[in-house]
Amino acid sequence: MESINYQNFRIDAENICVDYNGKVALYDANLRLKPGQICGLVGMNGAGKTTFFNALTGFVNISKGKIRINGESVRSAQKDQTIAYVPQSEGIDSEFPINVWDVVMMGRYGSMNIFRCPRESDVQAVKDAIERVDLTDHLSTPIGNLSGGQRKRTFLARAIAQRASILLLDEPFSGVDIRTEKLISELFIQFKNEGKTILLSTHDMIHVREFCDLVLLINKTVVAYGETSEVFTPENITTTFGGISPDFLFGPES
Amino acid sequence: MELCSFLTLDSFITDPLTHGFMRKALLMSSLVAAVCGFLSSYLTLKGWALMGDAVSHSVMPGVVVAYALGLPFSLGAFIFGVGSVALIGFIKQKSRVKEDTVIGLVFTGFFALGIVLVSKIKSNIDLHSILFGSPLGISLSDVKQTIFISLLVVILLSIFRKDLMLYCFDPRHAKTVGINVFFLHYLLLTCLSLAAVVGLQSVGIILVVAMLITPGATAYLLTDEFDNMTIISVLSAIISSLIGIYISFWFDLETGGSIVLAQTFIFLFAFLFAPRYGIFKLKKFFAGYK
Repeated sequence: MESINYQNFRIDAENICVDYNGKVALYDANLRLKPGQICGLVGMNGAGKTTFFNALTGFVNISKGKIRINGESVRSAQKDQTIAYVPQSEGIDSEFPINVWDVVMMGRYGSMNIFRCPRESDVQAVKDAIERVDLTDHLSTPIGNLSGGQRKRTFLARAIAQRASILLLDEPFSGVDIRTEKLISELFIQFKNEGKTILLSTHDMIHVREFCDLVLLINKTVVAYGETSEVFTPENITTTFGGISPDFLFGPES
Repeated sequence: MELCSFLTLDSFITDPLTHGFMRKALLMSSLVAAVCGFLSSYLTLKGWALMGDAVSHSVMPGVVVAYALGLPFSLGAFIFGVGSVALIGFIKQKSRVKEDTVIGLVFTGFFALGIVLVSKIKSNIDLHSILFGSPLGISLSDVKQTIFISLLVVILLSIFRKDLMLYCFDPRHAKTVGINVFFLHYLLLTCLSLAAVVGLQSVGIILVVAMLITPGATAYLLTDEFDNMTIISVLSAIISSLIGIYISFWFDLETGGSIVLAQTFIFLFAFLFAPRYGIFKLKKFFAGYK
């Protein structure tokens, strides 16, 4: 067996299991991603997509298995600001009294001093990030007054400001307008060229075909994993979605 | 009311200040209100109103035991406050009972224990002042304790102001960038217990939860900026305390109840007339006349 150089992998999850008070949410899941790869995470509601993200960010502890981020532990990945998490729209309180600038600045908290006083470089990072998602006109807009797409871009800007090399995106395309969708897809291409690694969960099969080099089909464990062209077959998708035919998911045309 | 006939606004405000106990009550209650108001924005945004209620009721046996043993009552209250939270967390984790049920049963259990202890321990504990507060009869040692605890909470909240905001807003992001979420969780709980301890002197155990949630709720209706919310919350809490104490002085009303009623009225005012989020949306109303 050839020896593996773990440094080559941005994400290396090996046989990970997560359970909540004895209820298994995810078992024996494996994932290996290199710099510049975009991977789609596809599965039903409750199939363990968010749990997978939570395990990678260290928000939940894994009960078995091993996760290495750039060859290091999740703990040191947190310290190094390696991973950025972009929550799904339902995952945040949109009525929270906070504006765009302050949300994006939160991307810098991990590298600031204990009082979280922004330095010149932090201010610049936030400015640049907001510019990249085209929200410069909304710096002091409370997030409650933004559209769904603008709010999504705000959290994307937070991930950009963090300068993370791994982006985890939970349903990045749900509930966004066409303009945001276009902007996010353009950003994905840029991120890929910058060598960032992206893992995104989605319900939309068309997006998987469009952006993802790799796809990970899960239903509590990995159903199939590999190149999108090889793995993203109607049979595999049907298995992942518990027997529902892909016609139903894609529409009859595809 | 014969008072009103000769009362001018000037003497309404200055007369009570000639009494030492009134000056002390006004100062102490304002301090306590400021601390509770500061914390209030975090608790309302985090959705910890019920937790505030639980902690404030659970300190009861701690207060009684501390009085009986001659210890500072804040120490006993703090131990039982934090203890109740630990117990709630433990039962929730180890049983299938839902969280709000666990909170309800733990704090009523502690509260009942406190009441039973008061009836059993023969001492000069004034049950009335524990339950309903006694800002007018606050002792010198209580003043020192209150100032110390208040400063401690204000310093802690000031240092971790932004982290706590992030923790309330998006704990998952906090964890992802290496911020100690576990620490922030217990920091907020510790501040909650300490604020409940100082708050109960003003308005008593039963009503202290109002000090911890009403100012934050009022401020939430008035602004979309977190820092402004904190400022409004603190100011509305202080103003309510002053109004409550003055009203209770002149009309001979229960002080704690008056303070909380003043807070409730300020909340109702915001509820009706807040520029953006009030029922009558004054902003739109005035915009119509431009």
